[in-house]
Amino acid sequence: MSNPVPVQHEHHIVGPKVYLLILLALLVLTATTTGVAYIDMGIFNPIVALGIGCLKAVLVILFFMHIRYSSRVMMLTVGAGFFTFLVLITMTLSDYISRNWGLW
Amino acid sequence: MSTIVTLPNQQDAQLPKLSYLNSEYGLKSWLLTGDHKRIAMLYLFSITFFFFIGGAFAGLIRLELLTPLPDLVASDTYNKLFTMHGVIMIFLFLVPSVPATVGNFVIPIMVGAKDLAFPKINLLSWYLYVAGACFLVFALLNGGVDTGWTFTTPLSTHYVNTHVITAAMGVFIAGFSSIFTGLNFIVTIHRMRCPGMTWFRLPLFCWSNYAASLLMVLGTPVLAITLVLVMLERTVGIGVFDPTKGGDPILFQHLFWFYSHPAVYIMILPGMGVISEVISTFSRKRVFGYTAVAFSSVAIAVFGFFVWAHHMFIMGVSNYSALVFSLLTMLVAVPSAIKIFNWSATLYKGSITFETPMLYAFGFMGLFTIGGLTGVFLGSLGMDIHLTETYFIVAHFHFVMVGGMLMAYLSGVHFWWPKMTGRMYPESMSQLSAVTTFIGFILTFFPQFIVGYLGMPRRYHAYPPEFQVLNVLSTAGASVLGIGYVLPMLYMPWSLKYGKIAGSNPWQATGLEWQIQSPPLTENFIDIPIMDHEAYDYDWLAHKTEHEVTTVG
Amino acid sequence: MDSQAIATGPADPHQEHDEAHPAYLRHHFVTVDQQRETASFGMWLFLLTEIMFFGGLFMAYLLYRNWYYDAFVAGSNTLSIGLGTTNTAVLILSSFTMAMGVYSAEIRNRKGLLTSLSLTIFLGLVFLGIKTVEYHDKYVEHHIPGASFSVEDFVHPADKRDVPLAPDMAQHAQLYFFLYFAMTGMHALHMIIGISILFILLYQAWHGAYVNGHTSTIDNFGLYWHFVDIVWIFLFPLLYLISRHPLK
Repeated sequence: MSNPVPVQHEHHIVGPKVYLLILLALLVLTATTTGVAYIDMGIFNPIVALGIGCLKAVLVILFFMHIRYSSRVMMLTVGAGFFTFLVLITMTLSDYISRNWGLW
Repeated sequence: MSTIVTLPNQQDAQLPKLSYLNSEYGLKSWLLTGDHKRIAMLYLFSITFFFFIGGAFAGLIRLELLTPLPDLVASDTYNKLFTMHGVIMIFLFLVPSVPATVGNFVIPIMVGAKDLAFPKINLLSWYLYVAGACFLVFALLNGGVDTGWTFTTPLSTHYVNTHVITAAMGVFIAGFSSIFTGLNFIVTIHRMRCPGMTWFRLPLFCWSNYAASLLMVLGTPVLAITLVLVMLERTVGIGVFDPTKGGDPILFQHLFWFYSHPAVYIMILPGMGVISEVISTFSRKRVFGYTAVAFSSVAIAVFGFFVWAHHMFIMGVSNYSALVFSLLTMLVAVPSAIKIFNWSATLYKGSITFETPMLYAFGFMGLFTIGGLTGVFLGSLGMDIHLTETYFIVAHFHFVMVGGMLMAYLSGVHFWWPKMTGRMYPESMSQLSAVTTFIGFILTFFPQFIVGYLGMPRRYHAYPPEFQVLNVLSTAGASVLGIGYVLPMLYMPWSLKYGKIAGSNPWQATGLEWQIQSPPLTENFIDIPIMDHEAYDYDWLAHKTEHEVTTVG
Repeated sequence: MDSQAIATGPADPHQEHDEAHPAYLRHHFVTVDQQRETASFGMWLFLLTEIMFFGGLFMAYLLYRNWYYDAFVAGSNTLSIGLGTTNTAVLILSSFTMAMGVYSAEIRNRKGLLTSLSLTIFLGLVFLGIKTVEYHDKYVEHHIPGASFSVEDFVHPADKRDVPLAPDMAQHAQLYFFLYFAMTGMHALHMIIGISILFILLYQAWHGAYVNGHTSTIDNFGLYWHFVDIVWIFLFPLLYLISRHPLK
């Protein structure tokens, strides 16, 4: 089998414009999440709050942490981390939710 | 008996003039080294030391269990004995055993690199190991811990007066040693492979260690935070795990076992990697179903994250969740079985010889299979209710960890010993040790299956008199087992001075590590190799050696 | 699979040392690119361990919030949403300045790098300052779990919108504050470590480091800093926002 063609990974430099845009987006989202916290949406309050939190985290990861411009291995790595975290949460919850204690 | 060992002519054979062992002299050159091979040696000394301390505790446990009465040590002392035995054997011996010694030494060479990705972090790993060990020794010397290695709450947080915080701190620090080793391996295997070394040309040892490293990096931090919570709880006492204050002890167990189950795969996977290499070499055949074995390693790692609550079936988890975890436990047994089948298929029609590493590998195959199958019994809910917290569990995990992993570790140390030191150990002595270990092991632990099934609880130092005969058998076996472990401690150092010169490839094995001198140069390769053949390609090896002139020095 | 991971060829002993083998290229790497990608990968793996580390605390919080909902609501409402939001904005701003620091290092702008690092340190210290104020408030109000904890505010709440809690449920507010201090405390510890490293980086950058092509360290520290920001991005809604009383 011949040697694979060596690929130099393009070192993409992310510019200030992108960073500024993301900063503004994050600040707007922060104001939104604080404002929305005062509106009673019942069961949706935590969902919206965590949803906005996830959106902010995704923006930071993609742009501030350059994942948008990184290789697939890096994206898979980040995914693996969050996947394992979700396994911890959901499978532990599967025990608590299915107990017949009436607390859930 | 035939052998494949091919050594250079001992009349004029010499160790190479320059190697990693004599490139620099002095204590500082060892304690401040960046060389992965020297760090492997540092680990080898440390873990061997702690293996014997853990073993001494095992000896005391078996001594106490000779009689049904609690007549050797006090109850609290007995609790401390099995706790320290567990903590030391798991965290200071089994978890770092193959990765930190053989893995550190051999993985960079196997991928064709000059060192691991992060040599300084590698050294830091060793220092963290030593620091963690110091905390544990401190706890030991100041009265020990008696909670069991599982630190179950609320016993560990509210009801004992022993050095839980010190011991937890020791395990916490040792955990980071493990994390950094795993991190180093993952990055090295991804980024430092030489030209031509594609993923599917890597030796299966690399695949197994890669899978174990995934577990180390993702699982160990959860143990870390759990221990932090235990330490905080002991200090502040809010009740995060105390039912009388509204806490849930099961939460501790969920968080603890989330790491501790993948931990058992962290312990066994590198051993399985050794077995792949050894069985291939001593059958003169490529491993059957390379892809299946490679993917099985990763599958064990992934599925290993989904089954932790099978340690908690009787603790109060809901029936539905117990069902789910039981089902997933059955699933996780499949990739391990695939590997056993593939190794067996490798043996079929191979040219088998019975050098010491192979003897240990055979021991592994049989004993790990038994241990693994008993794990399946334990995974089924009905059986587990009867068998859990009995000696059946003790026997199960000793079969997989000692009969499996420890044998694989010894197999690996013997297999790569000529590469690490340039010398052969004495073959007859080592074969005797292997057989002694195997016999001693079966005598020690098989009676424990029976006595556990009959109902003897674990972690008790008194038992009903009808169990005595089986316990005496077990203790007798332990003495034989002990001899089997002491012998290598004698002949391995002996071999450093008097062993035969090994040459670069005494086993006629494939793999990049066998194409360089023994012991290797500090930078491993003079030129970065270019990999142009598949793994376990014995035809390539035959072709290469028939045109080769072997010189040593 | 990932071909860019493989070294580009055997080390050429005749290659010019200046261009392809700068002084900062370690001996076990073949190219600068390989070294940079490797360091970045290593830092990401470390961040994965941090995700799982905080993960355990999030699990505990999730569980007990559902078991002792009323106590957690009451506890959450004693926190200042103004200070919390301000801190979130401060940290996001510091992430921006850190990202600008990475950019400055990459375009070899020494002044830009020094300014960015200094601003990041300043904003980090502001964050910790506000946190200190919040912790002090909790101390004064007897909300620190342990011997000094007082259930008064929960059994006889001053604010009419607050539902008075039964004494045993009010005791569970201690669990809320324990998790509050554990999670924000662990986060603050990571901030303190980060700021300490920033001082070191600032010192080194002052003496000319990181603007000569070797930007790895700044890059990877930036990753760490952004991660600490992300942890706060999740802590803020979970601790401060999701149990707020609606505006009436």
